[in-house]
Amino acid sequence: MAAQGAIASRGGLRSALPLLAPAYLWLTVAIFLPLSAMVFFSFMTELPLSGKPWAFTLGNYAAFFSQGLYLTLLLASLRLGLEVTLWCILIGYPAAYVLAKVLKGRSREAIFLLVILPFWSNGLVRIFSWAMVLREGGILDTALNAVLPFKINIDLMYSYPAVIIGLVHSYVPYMVLTCYLTLQAIDDSLIEAGRSLGASRLQVLKRVIIPLSMPGLVAGAALIFVPVVGSFMEPRILGGRTGTFYGTVIEDQFVAVFNWPLGAALSFILLAVVLVILALAAPVLRRAA
Amino acid sequence: MMTTRILEWLGRLYIWLLLAFLYLPIIIMALMSFNVSPFYQLPFEWTTEWYASLWQNDQLILATWNSIEIAVITTIICVVLGSAASLALYRHEFRGKKFLQALLFPPIAIPWLITGTAMLIFFFGVGIGRGLFAILLGHVALALPYVIVVVSARLQTFAPELEEAARSLGANQWQVTNRVTLPWIMPGVIAGGLFAFAVSFDQFVVSYFLATPGQTTLPVEIYAAIRKGFTPEINAVSTIIIVVSMALMLLTARFFKFGGEK
Repeated sequence: MAAQGAIASRGGLRSALPLLAPAYLWLTVAIFLPLSAMVFFSFMTELPLSGKPWAFTLGNYAAFFSQGLYLTLLLASLRLGLEVTLWCILIGYPAAYVLAKVLKGRSREAIFLLVILPFWSNGLVRIFSWAMVLREGGILDTALNAVLPFKINIDLMYSYPAVIIGLVHSYVPYMVLTCYLTLQAIDDSLIEAGRSLGASRLQVLKRVIIPLSMPGLVAGAALIFVPVVGSFMEPRILGGRTGTFYGTVIEDQFVAVFNWPLGAALSFILLAVVLVILALAAPVLRRAA
Repeated sequence: MMTTRILEWLGRLYIWLLLAFLYLPIIIMALMSFNVSPFYQLPFEWTTEWYASLWQNDQLILATWNSIEIAVITTIICVVLGSAASLALYRHEFRGKKFLQALLFPPIAIPWLITGTAMLIFFFGVGIGRGLFAILLGHVALALPYVIVVVSARLQTFAPELEEAARSLGANQWQVTNRVTLPWIMPGVIAGGLFAFAVSFDQFVVSYFLATPGQTTLPVEIYAAIRKGFTPEINAVSTIIIVVSMALMLLTARFFKFGGEK
């Protein structure tokens, strides 16, 4: 044991540095310096590169708080995040339970892989595929009218529900994954013990299974909520004119309006919101680890 | 007993419904890319016209090559830098190690919208500007933490006594790493590399902010085309992308499980 400890601590930071430095240098240049630069720029009137005179200002943040629009959009994005997360829990948790406790052996492995697989394929393309299903005269419309005896018009495209459907489709595999991992770790004998002591299925679910799988639920919720609040591509494609959210406004500042300092301030406010959410989720996750 | 069986049956049915929800739009998109009507009208008539016209679309082809090039270079850089960093984190104890490990999470956890716009501002500010080089810088930074996490996980299964044994038999540091440690962590390195490739090849948000009209990647080009309107060509190229990225992840899953079992 002593020898092993000696191997592990051999050299310390100085001998670790040559191997560590390139990776961390890269992360510094491409992630940490940019994030700091964003904070810096958010307090400026103009970008200092364009040759125009610039000065420090709180105006970009004042704009956020004084013009109700940005705050309204941030709230709309938070609501979108909440709704998508709830749908993902409702749809994903039962699926994770079936995977962890009902299916066995090879079929479980295969189906688990099938559920996770779309998550790792191109998100943009998957959102685009929904556009084809949801539009008027699209597949859903045609199929339902072929089956139903009466005529209905399904035109969900460019609506709030379309955005929700697309986002839930994108993120539900995350919830299945995290919940599956914690549900699988629950000892079956705990469930049997509860049942044999006279608890109903519902009581076992409420008192044993859900509390024990809470870390998976929280991890999944955080992993879904955070990117959905910052989403802009999905609302743009599926939401059309109704798809204006906080993320799309940030996008506009950088690619359409070219007010980068305001965009930086809006981004930084979003980052602050994200950090608060992650900090709130952290205790539950740490307790699990 | 009876209720248990009914519940299990309902559970299975439910999983299949979920799979239908996940796969139907993708399957429909793939089918429509082989349909004659450019407005996705039924009845379905088979054609490969849209795939053929892809070859005439120089913009899409250029963007595809850019995507592949960037993904390959990202993979190589991430595998080298990531494996080195994982080894260093595994072998050495030092103050601040926990902090360095925690630094891997911001690139994963912060929404790409924020990272992407921050990169745009910073790269512009220091004179790197936008374009393929900026996109490469960004992709490596996004994929690197995944590689380090995956390779580190594989290293957890490594017995340090093996390195010590090789050393006491006269191997120098380079030989120990090359002949003992690297072969052991290879499944993790391959899985990490495939991960990096997938992260880069599928990356849209960060590329979107760093691309310029001539220097762009496939997802950015597709996004532009979608916003202009639907075209069956985009269907065709999307179908190709989804098949490629799913195949990649299946490969990764194989190697990663390999990494977990042995």
